[in-house]
Amino acid sequence: MLAELGLAALWLATALAVLQILSGVMGLRGGDKASALAIYARPAAVVQAFLAVLAFCLLLWAFAITDLSIKLVATNSHSMKPMLYKLTGTWGNHEGSMLLWVAVLALSGGLLAGLEKRLPHKTMSATLAVQGFVALGFYAFLLLSSNPFERLPIPAVEGTGLNPLLQDIGLAIHPPTLYVGYVGLSVAFSLAMGALISKQVTPDFAKVMRPWVLFAWVFLTLGITAGSYWAYYELGWGGWWFWDPVENSSLMPWLAATALLHSVSVLAARDALRTWTIMLGVLAFSMSMLGTFLVRSGVLTSVHAFAVDPERGSFILILLGLYIGGALAIFAVRAGSIAEGKRFTATSREGALVFNNVMLSAILAIVLLGTLYPLLTEAFDVRVSVGPPYFNPASAIFAIPMFIVMAIGPLLRWKKDKPARIQFEISLIAAVAIAVVSLVAIIGDYSILAVLGLALSVALGIGALLPLRGRNIRTVPLATWGMIMAHFGVAVSLFGMASESAFTQERLAAVTPGSTEQLGDWNIELRSVDPIAGPNWTAVEARIAVSRGGEEPIVITPQARNFWAPAQATSESALVTRWDGQLYAVIGDQAQDGRWQLRVWWKPFVTFIWYGGLLISLGGILSIVGRVRVDLKRRTAIRKGKERRDDKAALSNEPLPEPAE
Amino acid sequence: MRPVFFIPLALFLFFAGLAAYMLANGRFESVPSHMVDKPLPEFSLPPAVDGLPGVSRANFVGGEPKLLNVWASWCLPCIAEAPQLEALKEEGVEVIGIAIRDKPEDVANFLNRYGNPYTRIGADDISQLQIEIGAAGVPETFVIDAAGNIRYQHIGDIRADDVPKLLQILEDVR
Repeated sequence: MLAELGLAALWLATALAVLQILSGVMGLRGGDKASALAIYARPAAVVQAFLAVLAFCLLLWAFAITDLSIKLVATNSHSMKPMLYKLTGTWGNHEGSMLLWVAVLALSGGLLAGLEKRLPHKTMSATLAVQGFVALGFYAFLLLSSNPFERLPIPAVEGTGLNPLLQDIGLAIHPPTLYVGYVGLSVAFSLAMGALISKQVTPDFAKVMRPWVLFAWVFLTLGITAGSYWAYYELGWGGWWFWDPVENSSLMPWLAATALLHSVSVLAARDALRTWTIMLGVLAFSMSMLGTFLVRSGVLTSVHAFAVDPERGSFILILLGLYIGGALAIFAVRAGSIAEGKRFTATSREGALVFNNVMLSAILAIVLLGTLYPLLTEAFDVRVSVGPPYFNPASAIFAIPMFIVMAIGPLLRWKKDKPARIQFEISLIAAVAIAVVSLVAIIGDYSILAVLGLALSVALGIGALLPLRGRNIRTVPLATWGMIMAHFGVAVSLFGMASESAFTQERLAAVTPGSTEQLGDWNIELRSVDPIAGPNWTAVEARIAVSRGGEEPIVITPQARNFWAPAQATSESALVTRWDGQLYAVIGDQAQDGRWQLRVWWKPFVTFIWYGGLLISLGGILSIVGRVRVDLKRRTAIRKGKERRDDKAALSNEPLPEPAE
Repeated sequence: MRPVFFIPLALFLFFAGLAAYMLANGRFESVPSHMVDKPLPEFSLPPAVDGLPGVSRANFVGGEPKLLNVWASWCLPCIAEAPQLEALKEEGVEVIGIAIRDKPEDVANFLNRYGNPYTRIGADDISQLQIEIGAAGVPETFVIDAAGNIRYQHIGDIRADDVPKLLQILEDVR
């Protein structure tokens, strides 16, 4: 019953998406609000959201009770699994994650339709039509090629399990977070197309779009941060970023969304950058779709591409062609008819934002090129892989000027400014950067990129806080606090990255229980290696006592796990976190002579990478809260003003009472 | 209409064309085992079910090339694969099974229900051999020549149209 109900909900939602498109198109054409069909777009979106979320909840339920008559459950779950991983198994596979994607997409569409009252009727109609069109494609994808509710002819006796790499709390957070981000960008896309089609690219439209972009961007930031930390401690290779196609496919929409976030703010505040904002709106969602395509289709081999299937790849490619190709075609034809908006000089807040937008786009192009390059060469039968030696220096070329401008930009005034006005701030930032470079040069011999990174991070950290100088802290708007915190977060992350790459120390040793190793000022003693068993795995677990500077030793327990159902070996690293860095230990294989392979890293300030990510997200959240609060206040003021006017009007209409005699 | 606004569309169409070409040409080989064209490692596995002997490396050496089928009673694609293994047995191919993390009674049930193409089945309770020969999951099937070398790896279940291909490979490595 469960599966049939879920399937029925999906079909109904599909029908509603069709209604939403038709109704939206009518609304755009007629312009007559009373047009019979045009009134259904909003309710269709709202009910559709309910149905899609219902379908997802039903699948969640099927996984919770391990309903083995459903193929997806039987192939991805197992009755022996802990409950948490039964639930996360719902989206740890292709069909389930597509259903989650659609549910979030429909939910955003429903929220937009239900809550947004400011947009002109035409723009709203076009937006809802586009949103319905995007949803329709994904419904078709689910129902025609990836039905999550497919039944087995004979129920399975037992499920085949979930990829053990995915049996981790990181998975509970990481993909859904990214999805919310991806899908939030779909709303930005629909809004951009809506405004372009109805030719109403205005500051008001930007104000409607901004919270959606912020929202998506916060979730993308969180998703990338969580994903990076997950890869760092779960894969056991000691790195936090690999420039893997799957990682890149989450970074690319983030880069586009970051550019969009800044350009939509300029549009909202200054009525400039109209076509650029629309272009970025299309680009950001294109990158989300492209990411999905690269991960799902298998055109690129990656360490964590899963559910690889050329047929599905073709389906997503067709969707990609329809949406992105269609959007870019409309953009090509229409963009000329949008006036560019207000002018500004190069030395102004807008100028700095445009510069950094261009730098972000350049980095995006670098990442995109590096990610797709193997695809290009493979068409000519040459297999290459593009890795850090390309990505690091190539993106640094654009990142370095971007960080410099980022430290100064927020200090500039809108429209027109003179650098001489902020002479003090510029000198301070430059002095700090030079001081850090000289300091690091004295300590030792490090790579240029690491030294530059350290200097820029400190300079940027100070630059981020400077807009507070000379202001009454209590009157600084929440949205400004958000910007300051996000920029400071970038500095913190950058500091972590640069420190990790400059100062990391590594030791690889073959050890027997009882022996001691040294790494920097750390003392590492292998006490024992024992077999242990978990709910669905067995492992060898090392007990390692670590201490530094004569303090009390701490025992850490890295494991090498073997899962059954399905069979796979994974490595569970063990970490000791201190304020100034992390000690990272992995236990490897046992050699013939009985010695164990032990790998230990000391990574100074590595945690700053993820703390920075959290600060950036928090900055985004503050910004959303600040903007919503201002908005609510404004609405209340307008309502009160209207009431007052109404009262006055009512009074003036009433015949004045006759003065009493 | 300004030509500059057509640049994104042109770039996208180029990418879409390239991706479509790649998809149409189906370059999606799974990651092959690094053990292909290397000798089967030394191993000895106890019987997985009453009535059939266990498996060791010696069972593959000499005589005709054989199939080494890595499977499990709890694996769904293995059910789909069963008729094809039966067909290969009909053709006179010796199929030796390795049951991964299985129980004797489950193995017996599976063989009763879906037929028994195996001459021997070894019990690999900790996936030791599976990992050693580079099999990533179940089912996988390896062609082993008479000298005990791994000559071919088939990933996933054997479909009906894979049977002639496997017979040809067995013929080629004789």
